[in-house]
Amino acid sequence: MIPQNFEYAAAQTLDDAIKQIAGGAKPLAGGMSLIPMMKLRLATPERLIDIGRLKELNYIRESGGALHIGAAATHHEVESSGLVRGKCPLLSETASHIGDVQVRNMGTIGGSIAHADPSADYPAALQALEAKFVLKSSSGERTVSAADFFVDTFATALEPGEMIREVIVPLEAQGTGVSYQKMYQPASGFAIVGIALRIARSGGKISMARIGVTGLSGKSYRAIDAEKALEGKAGSATEIQNAAALVPQNVDINSDLHASADYRRHLAVVYAARAIAAALSRSA
Amino acid sequence: MATTTTKTETLVGKRIRRREDPRLITGTATYVEDIKMPGMHYAAIVRSPHAAAKIRSIDTSKAAAHPGVAAVFVGKDVAGVGPVPCGASLPGLRVPHHSILATDRVYFVGHPVAVVVATDRYIAADAADLVEIDWDVTQAVADPEKALASGAPAVHPEWPDNKAFDFHQEHGEIDKAFAEADVVVKQRITSQRLIPTAMETRGVVAEWRAADRALTLYTSTQIPHLVRTLVAMMLGLEENRLRVVAPEVGGGFGSKLNVYAEEALMGFVSMKIGKPVKWIESRRENFLTTIHGRGHVDYYEIAAKKDGTILGIKLKIIQDLGAYHQLLTPAIPTLSVLMMPGLYRTQNIRADIVGVFTNCVPTDAYRGAGRPEATHGIERMVDMLAAELKMDPAEIRLKNFVHKDEFPFPTATGLTYDSGDYAAPLKKAMDLAGYDKLRAEQAEARKQGKLMGIGISTYGEICALGPSPATPAGGWESATVKIEPTGKVTVMTGASPHGQGEETTFAQVAADELGVDIDDILVLHGDTSIVQYGIGTFGSRGTAVGGTAMYFALQELKAKLKKFGAMMLNSDDVTLANGQCVCNKTGAAKSIAEMAAASYRAMALPPNTQPGMVSTYFWEPPNFTFPFGAHLVVTDIDKDTGAISIRRYIAVDDCGNLLNPLIVDGQVHGGVAQGLGQALWEQAVYDDNGQLVTGELTDYVVPRAHMMPWIESSHTITPTPVNPLGVKGVGEAGTIGCSPAVVNSVVDALSPLGVKHIDMPMTPEKIWNLVKGAH
Repeated sequence: MIPQNFEYAAAQTLDDAIKQIAGGAKPLAGGMSLIPMMKLRLATPERLIDIGRLKELNYIRESGGALHIGAAATHHEVESSGLVRGKCPLLSETASHIGDVQVRNMGTIGGSIAHADPSADYPAALQALEAKFVLKSSSGERTVSAADFFVDTFATALEPGEMIREVIVPLEAQGTGVSYQKMYQPASGFAIVGIALRIARSGGKISMARIGVTGLSGKSYRAIDAEKALEGKAGSATEIQNAAALVPQNVDINSDLHASADYRRHLAVVYAARAIAAALSRSA
Repeated sequence: MATTTTKTETLVGKRIRRREDPRLITGTATYVEDIKMPGMHYAAIVRSPHAAAKIRSIDTSKAAAHPGVAAVFVGKDVAGVGPVPCGASLPGLRVPHHSILATDRVYFVGHPVAVVVATDRYIAADAADLVEIDWDVTQAVADPEKALASGAPAVHPEWPDNKAFDFHQEHGEIDKAFAEADVVVKQRITSQRLIPTAMETRGVVAEWRAADRALTLYTSTQIPHLVRTLVAMMLGLEENRLRVVAPEVGGGFGSKLNVYAEEALMGFVSMKIGKPVKWIESRRENFLTTIHGRGHVDYYEIAAKKDGTILGIKLKIIQDLGAYHQLLTPAIPTLSVLMMPGLYRTQNIRADIVGVFTNCVPTDAYRGAGRPEATHGIERMVDMLAAELKMDPAEIRLKNFVHKDEFPFPTATGLTYDSGDYAAPLKKAMDLAGYDKLRAEQAEARKQGKLMGIGISTYGEICALGPSPATPAGGWESATVKIEPTGKVTVMTGASPHGQGEETTFAQVAADELGVDIDDILVLHGDTSIVQYGIGTFGSRGTAVGGTAMYFALQELKAKLKKFGAMMLNSDDVTLANGQCVCNKTGAAKSIAEMAAASYRAMALPPNTQPGMVSTYFWEPPNFTFPFGAHLVVTDIDKDTGAISIRRYIAVDDCGNLLNPLIVDGQVHGGVAQGLGQALWEQAVYDDNGQLVTGELTDYVVPRAHMMPWIESSHTITPTPVNPLGVKGVGEAGTIGCSPAVVNSVVDALSPLGVKHIDMPMTPEKIWNLVKGAH
């Protein structure tokens, strides 16, 4: 529980942080994942650059028809922000399921995404929201979709020297129903299965469905077949069940102490059905 | 100045807030980790990553050369230090010699191999990584039943059958009982390994003062005096040169009712380097190397008549002991045998224990220590018997209880139950639950295909440990009460509380006995150079035994006060009450403070009376106490996920008189939390290689506040005749009563599917599989 020696510096500006990261420093924000790994000596960075206090990374604002969330916004800020609650309620609802109060007060959205824990909550919502991440390095910025960003367990599209600067999520259209349904791993609080749903209806039919999945496999994903199965349907119990059954299809399913692959596959269907029903009931 | 305030209001029985809480909740209490000393060094322990291996060689040169490292010690350096002691004795018991650092081989993951001492803890941790050990890894066995199979790897080469002991106990006519039975029910029941998980891990600060030839050991323990005796013996130090201090102790649950290698090791290190040294256990070390609890595989058979009368019980316990014996390891399952008849009258029992070595950390006392296992077993068996006979589980219990007019009741296992009215808490719990209505609701729910369960456990305990002949180290407890010259009262208890609230409850009793304000009383404990020899706090004994010792010390002081009062009032006809000695003829009075002052000033003394106002009392209990109670749990099962939700948790506990119902509630709540932990979530999982899979709090499921149900706690009160306070003890009741009630409830919920038994923990996946299997 004692980390190896490391150097620590708190960045004064974003440019300063980028320079440090380009030089090999590991960015530290809330420390909810990195610090425990360092204490167990599973991560042994030689230099940390603290970006958690950068005002340039701590904001939530609306512009250009989207919400822009700075990488250092804490889970609590996302959970409690009036802007997020009003304009992207799936994200605030999902944030409220992360860890516990202390974790939500410290942990940041950028940190969670960059860590890419396959059981983290945010990725489910970000997949369903088709979120985009602005990645910054000393050579400039690029924008990557959530679908492309999450590569595998703890593996992302981040290149050496890059950091997440911002998360962009769309403003939810009026009448869209959303839900995040999760079975907790009781010790860690992470998701054994987490399903994020967005559903819009038009003329009594489902006009849009987005399903983000976490916990089930090595990385979060959108259950596109299940989405397609819902679109154009009225949303009867049978239709929900049929769509939910597609969620764990064609996926390598995790198995661990807390849930076997069979059980996880089953839970994915149960929780997907619950999330679809909940989102549908909230849609107008 | 004599400032003692007199009072007339009695405090015993009131919900007084805990006087120890302000320092705890403001973060100002002093734990071992908070102790800092000039010149302090820090130790990191190099531990085996293997469950079974020979050590070919150890190279400490790189670690020793690391800047800031003061010393590195390995097994051969500590050859002069005695082995980790086992205080339990059983006929034919095999006791592995467990030195404080391994020498030629290791037998569990976490086995200490070397200690690195440095000027700060970071350097120590870095240097510990530099110790190079050449391992010859051998096969391990982590499961007790696999360890008993022929051809299993031997945990200790000298005992290839992996057996530490066989134990047999029998009473009555067991074969006849089974031959005459109308029905016999058999079941294998496990009580899984649990990790006690005290909030504060272990920690030791050792300070050797060579000039004084004095070693002080600050250690997070439940038994400072026993640690002093045993560590002094291990170190070859005169016992009166060793002072042991248990500062604030952040929970023990039995895991600190022990003497650990690190306690002697830090003493050794400090004596070698001549500097104070600190070692604080990490959570991972805590999970790997502090004792675990439970670890039973039990084979039960229960014989009964058609009308539900229990005729006899057979039990074979396979006890996973781990790799060696900690202080009480082999004794714990014998408590299960003592408790095996539960609250029932049967006189026919047969019990066998096989103590099995495995390549795991030892098991030992964990909240309940042998009694939760036994209660779980008998309460499951009685439910299974009821199901077999199609009787209501409450009815079969009422039929077999020891009757309230049969006390003192000699049990089949050689105990004498002190007092009881076992039907009372069961009936109360059923009334509180609305039992008949719940059963009707359940019948309706089943028609709709819903899974709703109602579970009962009626438990008994062996508490107030205990009469000295029945305990390994003496079962008495001690107290000193001093009235200082200014009239302030200091109580020193040999019971070393660590969260039980004795600073409050003992002060309540003392305040009432002396008739002084509770704020005039200070309760001290946990320092062997302040407090007279004592045993400690465990086995629900702190108040029932330690409080009784204080009570008798108070009676002696009261008699002495009265002598001084009579002298000062110049009257033979005086009464001591409400903090005063009053002359019954004139009404003249002397306060406690005035009498105490006079006793120290000693201008005049009553006949045959020493100056001063101090009394020390060592109280030997004539018997254990036997609390009991009934827990009733209503559960609903989510068929889709297997998730169990507890709709109602009713706990009716009878622990005798309640000194402070607020503290009793807290003990029940905490106990139930740990019982729920076992029933639903907790399990120490070792893989086949002896690696602890649940090595972190991210995998080992300790109940969190948000996972707890509302606990409807109430009581019946049956005072014990064993002690004058009439208290039985309540520290373990919640844990003991809980797990069978929860399992019985879930089995009841699933019984329409043909489910008869479920082993713990009842994870959602396990339940889902049972539901799925039934369809």
